[in-house]
Amino acid sequence: MTADVMMAAAQGLLALLLAPGVVGLVRWLKARLQNRRGAPPWQPYRELRKLFQKEVVVSRHASWLFHLAPFVVFASTLAVAVIVPVLAVPLLVDRIGDLLVVVYLLLLGTFFLALAGLDPGSAFGGMGASREVTVAALAEPTLAVAIFALARSAGTTNLGEIAARTMADPLSAASPGHLLAFAALFIVMLAETGRLPIDNPATHLELTMIHEAMVLEYSGRYLALIEWAAALKLLVFFILLGNLFVPWGLARALTLEAVMTAVGVFAVKVVVLAVAVAVLETRVAKLRLFRVPELLSASFVLALLAVTSSFLLR
Amino acid sequence: MTPELLLLAVSVAGYTAGALAALAFRGMVARALVAAGALGGSLATLALGAWCLATGATLAFAAPWLPLTGLALRADGLSAFFLIVVGLAAAAASLYGFGYSAQYDGRYSLRLLGAMFNVLLLSLTVQVLADNALTFLVTWEVMSLSAYFLVLVEHDQPGTVRAANWYLAVTHAGFAALIAAFLVLAAGDMTGSFAAMRSVGLTPGTRNVVFLLALVGFGTKAGVIPLHVWLPMAHPVAPSHVSAVLSGVVIKMGVYGLMRVALDLLGGGPAWWGGIVLGLGAVSALLGVLYALMEHDLKRLLAYHSVENMGIILLGVGAGLMFQSYGLPALATLGFIAGLYHTLNHACFKGLLFLGAGSVQYATHTRNMEDLGGLITRMPRTSACFLIGAAAISALPPLNGFASEWLVFQTLMGGALVPRPEVAIGMPIAVAMLALSSGLAVACFVKAFGITFLALPRSTEAARAREVPASMQVGMLLLVGMCVALGVTPFLVVPALSRALAGLGRIPMTPIGFSLHLPFSVAGVTGEMSPLLLAVGLALLGVLTAIVLRLLADRRLRVGDTWGCGRIGQTPRMEYTATAFAEPLRRVFAELYRPTEDLSIDFHPKSKYFVRSIAYRSEVQPWFERLLYTPFLSALRGAAARVRQVQAGSLHLYLAYLTIALLVLLVVARWSR
Amino acid sequence: MLLFLKILKAGMVTEPLAPGEPDVIEVAREVETKARRLLGRAVAIREVDAGSCNGCEIEITGLTGPVYDSERFGIHFVASPRHADLLLVTGPVTRNMEIPLLKTYEATPDPKIVVAVGDCARTCGEFRGSYAVVGSVDAVIPVDVFVSGCPPEPTDILRGILIALDRLPKRKGRRDDP
Repeated sequence: MTADVMMAAAQGLLALLLAPGVVGLVRWLKARLQNRRGAPPWQPYRELRKLFQKEVVVSRHASWLFHLAPFVVFASTLAVAVIVPVLAVPLLVDRIGDLLVVVYLLLLGTFFLALAGLDPGSAFGGMGASREVTVAALAEPTLAVAIFALARSAGTTNLGEIAARTMADPLSAASPGHLLAFAALFIVMLAETGRLPIDNPATHLELTMIHEAMVLEYSGRYLALIEWAAALKLLVFFILLGNLFVPWGLARALTLEAVMTAVGVFAVKVVVLAVAVAVLETRVAKLRLFRVPELLSASFVLALLAVTSSFLLR
Repeated sequence: MTPELLLLAVSVAGYTAGALAALAFRGMVARALVAAGALGGSLATLALGAWCLATGATLAFAAPWLPLTGLALRADGLSAFFLIVVGLAAAAASLYGFGYSAQYDGRYSLRLLGAMFNVLLLSLTVQVLADNALTFLVTWEVMSLSAYFLVLVEHDQPGTVRAANWYLAVTHAGFAALIAAFLVLAAGDMTGSFAAMRSVGLTPGTRNVVFLLALVGFGTKAGVIPLHVWLPMAHPVAPSHVSAVLSGVVIKMGVYGLMRVALDLLGGGPAWWGGIVLGLGAVSALLGVLYALMEHDLKRLLAYHSVENMGIILLGVGAGLMFQSYGLPALATLGFIAGLYHTLNHACFKGLLFLGAGSVQYATHTRNMEDLGGLITRMPRTSACFLIGAAAISALPPLNGFASEWLVFQTLMGGALVPRPEVAIGMPIAVAMLALSSGLAVACFVKAFGITFLALPRSTEAARAREVPASMQVGMLLLVGMCVALGVTPFLVVPALSRALAGLGRIPMTPIGFSLHLPFSVAGVTGEMSPLLLAVGLALLGVLTAIVLRLLADRRLRVGDTWGCGRIGQTPRMEYTATAFAEPLRRVFAELYRPTEDLSIDFHPKSKYFVRSIAYRSEVQPWFERLLYTPFLSALRGAAARVRQVQAGSLHLYLAYLTIALLVLLVVARWSR
Repeated sequence: MLLFLKILKAGMVTEPLAPGEPDVIEVAREVETKARRLLGRAVAIREVDAGSCNGCEIEITGLTGPVYDSERFGIHFVASPRHADLLLVTGPVTRNMEIPLLKTYEATPDPKIVVAVGDCARTCGEFRGSYAVVGSVDAVIPVDVFVSGCPPEPTDILRGILIALDRLPKRKGRRDDP
């Protein structure tokens, strides 16, 4: 059992340490696709290190919630990173939380971040909070039905189990249900992590912001925690997309070579997904805010089709 | 005398003493004695329920000699569980009521409030113990009437009398349906015990009729759409601790009644029973939260959320009924457990939220969110309690709302086991509606907490608010403790609920035993989680982060202005408003809401390019009243107008009526000989 | 598809940092070594237009484009002074922008650097003596580096920022490296 616990902790730590690099990789790829050199993929680490040494400026109207929120967001995202199957399945920690727990833990972070946006009393923060919870609420049905589709074919909602059973039954990974659920989850990932076409992570125009507007008041170490948590959220979604739908490479036993293989395969999956996201972000333009529900409804229809197809094709 | 009877007697004595004290004394003495009586009674109720559930004892008491109706009481597992719900919510509300009712002294009738509050609690306690139809119906009516009087306490506020009238009308319509249901079910013998009713064999058609009548009757009390219109009217205008009991307990009696009749007395039925309940639940959940989003009256928002949560409870109960008819007892048990767990949780967090809203109203004399703000620094403990309540109702782990919603999700996902196409299509849609309502609840409570408590106060009342008296805080803290405790210990609650349901004789229920994780290999979809370990893990990670940050990061902190692009000052008018916060969602669901907008621009008389003032008014009117109730009421009025013509006022006509009636009776008597 | 073919055809367009005129950049105050070392590799810049004609803004906008590519030096522009380390100020400080500029400076967390861009920021340029102008930027907030020009070349602006961070490659002709 201790090996399992240590493995889970190691997984979480690995995800935590890799997350800024993944964001940096996506940025670097986008830069190269814009025909420029761009910052190296490890730039976010430098930014985080700098932020941790900066002063924190807090509004005089902010309350204790403002100080608490970064820790809640960081802890909840880190807890999710510990639960999702990164390297090895199934682990004991798998039984602490399943896919529903993951979804709601992320919602916990969103709840507190939105409140922290409202706390200093600025209009930007209120606007960002309002839009963020709208997008989060509209993404919920897709997530739930996609979970239903996955759980139905695997017979369980626990992540490690789903991965293990998909590995045991390779044909199910190619079923229409799985593919449609993957597409639906990909769109939801873009919505939840604030990527184009839903939200531009590099925008400076407050009226076009969703996630960024909530954190305009944060500085220093608090901002570092929130940025790190956002990067970790992206990596968590990559892990979900990669290791639930294409789980081969995950270590079934805690031997050194299995874990090393798992690390390598994990790196490959993350790079592939990062390339996909970078190419997509280069190709599409940002949607108007009130077109976003249409996109999310489309992803909901995909998820619904995934469930019904898995029923029809039994 | 058995311990159960003793506890029941203490409980009844407590409530009676409280009611009498309200009539006999005045001022603070009356308030204190009322609160003490109610508290004593509710603690005894709680103890009774816990005792019966823990030891499996059943209470049986019959007093057929009581004039007019007689009394027959019996406690089984289901009753014991609901006694716990009653006792818990009532205890917190009673404590709170001591401080809260101080503001009524001299303005409104403290006598009415104190007496009716205790009568309500008494009727609730006896309601769940009722063992024959007549007792059930009598206590039901007493409960409805005492609630009516309580809603009327603040009688000169606008909208109170209208709300009370609507409440009375709808609840009596439901009562009529209930009387009909019990008449058919008991085959005329209204004083026969429930045990006798269980053994009466009814044709399937009759059973369907009973079920539908019971659904209507209990649905009006529970507030399912479309019978919910009274809820958002009546709950906000009642005193806050009464609202807590109304939302936390009284509407649960609808659930209790439905489970008692459909599950226990009728013993389950065809799949469409569960399907209807499931459908109503899903629709209530979604529409409830959608209308809650548009409200900026804090208590009306909470009332609409009660509709939403009743929907979630019915999702669990409906799923349970449906799976039972498809022969999946384990999954059915899970569904009922999920429904009952959510009942208890809702009583806790909705009670907490109403008490918090009452505190806000006590301190600022307004329920309108657009006039509030900045209360987190002025009312710190109330804010913290409301935050926990908001997090709990938004189903955020590791609090109690999440535990029961997780169970409901798992039940619905178990629908994958039923090989029928309507279930295969319906279940994902139900799951999606539940998820959407849960996400929208997060949005709604970010709005409710954020606008009410955070940022700067938007009015002088809010700026002058102060923390509420200790008794009110203790009442809220009690429920906060329960929210947290129920959230991290589902491994204790679920087996207890399973035991409670096992008492419902005729249906095969699979008992679910103790396990540190939430279920458990229920045949079908398995899923495991451990909220306790989650809570510990989250706390650990948070503390660890804080420690590492303390050691490695810079520690400087400077206080400055809110960043507003360098503007000169900051006023509350620059903050976001509740209407603005909900505006994106209003646009997304505009087809459903059909908001009306009224924009009037006042131009300078000399030139259209200079604007003097702009007035914007937008309303979202729920269309139930317009489309459903108004035509129904006008048809009723039309029919009544026509019938009124019988009463023409002429004495000769009345004499003619008498003569004709006499002749008809003579003929019928002669014929039936 | 056409888009990606175009991207492939264009190739890398970023130019190496040109040496530029020596006296365009004036260091007004020495930036603390500690601040330099902290911000050396990752700088967040908040641009403040204190009443400029936007000529300098257009040059600054070119900085984030593919040709000048400020991001390769770890420079990125942010939306809020709370996120910023370096304030890039343009324009003569007009009366209406005096307090906002001050507030922006106060909202930026320590350690911070101020680079004033353009002749107007240094001497009020064309607008010197106007009733609407308060004075140069260092009359309102302490400035570390001035970059002259009307408007200055993007290369000069970039060099000014890098000099403030002490990151300019010392040897002539050496290719820049991030």
